[in-house]
Amino acid sequence: MSVRAALPAVVGAPGGRASSAPLLGGDTEPTLFELSRPGRRAWQLPTTGVPALAIEDLVPAPYRRDAPPPLAEVSERDLVAHFTRLSHRQFSVDLGAYPLGSCTMKYNPKVCDAVAALPGLAAVHPAAPARLVQGWLALLVELEETLCAVTGMAAATLQPAAGAAGELTGLLMMRAWHQAQGRQRRTVVIPDSAHGTNPASVTLGGYETVTVPTDPSGGVDLAALRRVLDEDVAGIMLTNPNTLGLFERDIEAVAGAVHDVGGLLYYDGANLNAIMGVVRPGDMGFDIVHLNLHKTFATPHGGGGPGAGPLAVTAGLAPFLPGPRPVRTAGSPGNAPGSADSPGKAGDPGSVRYGWEQPERSIGRVHSWHGNALVLARALTYTLVHGADGLRQVAQLAVLNANWLRARLAGLFDVPFDRPCMHECVVSAAGLRREHGLRASDVAKALLDEGFHAPTVAFPLIVDDALMFEPTETESVQTLEALAQACERIVAEAGTPGGPERIGHAPVRTPVRRVDEARAARHLIPVADGVSETSSPPTG
Amino acid sequence: MVGGRARGTGVRVPLAFTGVQVPEELHYTAEHEWVAPSGQTVRVGITDYAQDALGDVVYVDLPAVGVEVAAGGVLGEVESTKSVSEIYAPVAGTVVAVNEALSTAPEQVNGDPYGSGWLCELAPAEPDALQSLLDAAAYRRLVDS
Repeated sequence: MSVRAALPAVVGAPGGRASSAPLLGGDTEPTLFELSRPGRRAWQLPTTGVPALAIEDLVPAPYRRDAPPPLAEVSERDLVAHFTRLSHRQFSVDLGAYPLGSCTMKYNPKVCDAVAALPGLAAVHPAAPARLVQGWLALLVELEETLCAVTGMAAATLQPAAGAAGELTGLLMMRAWHQAQGRQRRTVVIPDSAHGTNPASVTLGGYETVTVPTDPSGGVDLAALRRVLDEDVAGIMLTNPNTLGLFERDIEAVAGAVHDVGGLLYYDGANLNAIMGVVRPGDMGFDIVHLNLHKTFATPHGGGGPGAGPLAVTAGLAPFLPGPRPVRTAGSPGNAPGSADSPGKAGDPGSVRYGWEQPERSIGRVHSWHGNALVLARALTYTLVHGADGLRQVAQLAVLNANWLRARLAGLFDVPFDRPCMHECVVSAAGLRREHGLRASDVAKALLDEGFHAPTVAFPLIVDDALMFEPTETESVQTLEALAQACERIVAEAGTPGGPERIGHAPVRTPVRRVDEARAARHLIPVADGVSETSSPPTG
Repeated sequence: MVGGRARGTGVRVPLAFTGVQVPEELHYTAEHEWVAPSGQTVRVGITDYAQDALGDVVYVDLPAVGVEVAAGGVLGEVESTKSVSEIYAPVAGTVVAVNEALSTAPEQVNGDPYGSGWLCELAPAEPDALQSLLDAAAYRRLVDS
């Protein structure tokens, strides 16, 4: 048989792709399943002295699969080519400005990755006994203490995997705390400007959401809040500054009103980066605070995560924290205040010992092992590199950048609340819609052609055609000016003949051009067992 | 129907868009829903203004026939590419019919909000319940304000 005759059987059906051949313009990247060929491997396990046992001897029949899962089988070469090609088509914080409001897509310093890659941190097994991982435990304890210092709280857990996981943990603790007081409450109050995760967490936590409106100045409507507060309210969830990028000036009155009915204040830490080192949620009256380390503390974010959403609480709530918690069991660090009273020798780090401790009335684990530990290592590195003054400067520059951008964009778009913003600015593209039929999402897509990541669109919901820009402290004024000029070009283009039509087709300079979002959402294409039919290997 | 906006909160973003249809013969709610009496029942949908504000509707979650709702109770949800908004019962009553066609063609809510894009029909608990709703002139003032 000639090589050519054997080709279909070896290479696959016409149109099948399984190679690291270059991807030309207009080509879509094949999925790993389309690249799959039986028997190819990108991994090799080390040899071990442990004898192999049959699966039948280890796992009872009811818990065994009938067949192996249909995973993609690719070589290391093809795997690397696949992900490298995808990365070339992707936008990332390493590539350019990413003003995606509310998400805090700041640059992630590489020193944090370098520390997390140290073998002493990265190569440790999570089941290692405490006596062998004293350094790791010291790191976790120090991070907890740092986060408590930033938030004004008494104790923390590092377990939650991300912000929403922190929210659910906080609500479960809220429930446990109320139950310990011998009362059952049904509702949690949330402003209409809240992040969507808040009501979702409330529902998952077994509570019902009560919504309070925003007042004309962009804060919680205090009179409306007082009307809904009663003995059924377990607490309120707030982010401050709120999602409009505005500081809740009545926060002390809000805290007083909620505490008066026996409720707790939950601080959604998504926007903590605006106030870090300047004011603490604990001083505002909050009882429970989550922190998005992947936002404020610049650890990897989104698909590049994993995230981390530690939760800090007041002393009264500390017994309910998830456990076990890393704790100092003997001695004290030389630089801690009051170390002279501790059993260890002051100033001698060698005398400090760490271990694990289960909080007295813990709600239990919310993550396996010790949370996303290497993310925690990055976050502690970030705080140490910056120091207290540096962290305060991070917040100040984030607010300065957002206000600079707000002032630059004020003439181009409607600004719904005419007062200084915090770390992000919300403008409305409703004028473009009235005059040219364009929506906020059209502006966002046109910005992709200008080389910027899109801002957040259509959020917060209470602003028509919202565009939410969060430049973060890591962008230079030159970058902000380039972003403002890109917005100016788009608005000017909208006023030209054929301009709205062209903007309506943006982006045209990206690897993937405009996608039909409505069609994608309306017409799902189910694929059996995660394998599309094109991936079937040739048979016979 | 929240319509993705705060109601009566003094948000200073202009809400008015010229050219939205507000048929004279219908009743309206401040939540941007319309109500059309038809014999002993009323038909309910979202307004042209609401569908325009929501953008492309991709999914509509409707109640089961026979469900009783209080006025202001949640009937279901309208999901667009921008947001998910609840559908509120404009009057108290029992659900007697739902627009099954929306399960495969939710885009009818955008294309024909007062016609084939209707959501459900209720048998009102109170015969004169519609009197409390807005007329076309009052609703037009609301969206123009």
